[in-house]
Amino acid sequence: MSAKPKLYYFAGRGKMESIRWLLAAAGVEFEEEFLETRDQYEKLLQGGSLLFQQVPMVEIDGMRMVQTRAILSYIAAKYNLYGKDLKERALIDMYVGGTEDLMGFILMFPFLSAEDKEKQCATIVQKATSRYFPVYEKVLKDHGQDFLVGNNFSWADVHLLEAILMVEEKKSDVLSGFPQLQAFKARISSIPTIKKFLEPGSQRKPVPDDKYVETVRRVLHMYYDVKAN
Amino acid sequence: MSAKPRLTYLNGRGRMESIRWLLAAAGVEFEEVYLETKEQYDKLIKDGFLLFQQVPLVEIDGMKMVQTRAIMSYIAGKYNLHGKDLKERALIDMYVEGISDLMQMILMFPFSPPDAKEKNLESIKERATNRYFPVFEKVLKQHGQDFLVGNKFSWADVQLMEAILAVEEKVPAVLSGFPQLQVFKTKMSNVPTIKKFLQPGSPRKPPPDAHYVETVLKVFKK
Repeated sequence: MSAKPKLYYFAGRGKMESIRWLLAAAGVEFEEEFLETRDQYEKLLQGGSLLFQQVPMVEIDGMRMVQTRAILSYIAAKYNLYGKDLKERALIDMYVGGTEDLMGFILMFPFLSAEDKEKQCATIVQKATSRYFPVYEKVLKDHGQDFLVGNNFSWADVHLLEAILMVEEKKSDVLSGFPQLQAFKARISSIPTIKKFLEPGSQRKPVPDDKYVETVRRVLHMYYDVKAN
Repeated sequence: MSAKPRLTYLNGRGRMESIRWLLAAAGVEFEEVYLETKEQYDKLIKDGFLLFQQVPLVEIDGMKMVQTRAIMSYIAGKYNLHGKDLKERALIDMYVEGISDLMQMILMFPFSPPDAKEKNLESIKERATNRYFPVFEKVLKQHGQDFLVGNKFSWADVQLMEAILAVEEKVPAVLSGFPQLQVFKTKMSNVPTIKKFLQPGSPRKPPPDAHYVETVLKVFKK
């Protein structure tokens, strides 16, 4: 196993993108193996690499880790992005839970019918502006610090930036009522590791397109009939 | 705030049940507030108790915690049920997340339309027997220890026990191909805190019925 973490997933965002963000934010170089064919996936399955027969899978520190949350938690803790104690970790976990739920609405978006896409877009914007963004806006306003938790850069900040950018891709002016988040976005984007990740040529993946949807369906034999949530 | 954690949820399993299991397994007594009306729920939101306008809510150690996983991670960390180091924690997290995917299917089951129930039940059975239970059967067989991780009782054991019982309620003979899990189930049942939780009169909630579904739909009606 190489010294660098190795990510097994499609050449697209999906559930792996948050992991790419976090590794990048931590300044950790990683390799990727992209699933393109059903055969590749079956080979991984037969080889016993996928604990629950699913990707994402990340080879890291001698482990074949699966389950996005478990992987993210491990990376956050290893690279000191998980707070200084149990209570800070609890706050980070809560905040990440929120942004994860928000990004969950976007995750299935590419697989929806054209009609459902329109509906879902409205849902995403509504949830972002009425349920999630106000929370983080208030957190930042209340403590006046640069970062969400403990006056220190953490996983929560990375995850929130990722969520903000994803929602902006659906509605470019979605931050118009959130001055704190606008400042937050500018600040976090200029952190050197994040700035690098946001530049062309990084391992950040583009907005999922039809080719991505096709690949996922072909490899997994799933997600043919996805409904809006 | 009282010294005991206080749980706010419906009077039923849902997403709170795993939290009840974990607190009980850790030997922690807790209080419960049951949501019965939309007005109660709206008031909680208005009063700023629910960070993302959702329950479960657990008031613990001066925090108003929401997000099931965050709450359970905190409890597991606090009561030494999250492994002794980062790698054990990673294993526990992987196991718990896998089981939680299975539990999610059971969680949603009472809300599926009548014509989808048979299919969903079949899915639960298929996933339990082909995807999840074989993993834990193998883990236990390979290390021959009583507990899933680090030869020590952890959150992963509690979560697996809850899942086994929940699936058995739907598929009674589901453990028939899993001798290690049968032994595991017996051993867990005898852990004193779990034994107590499995007795009548404990905070453990019964399987969801029509009344529970009705209450959920009523309280969370938009």
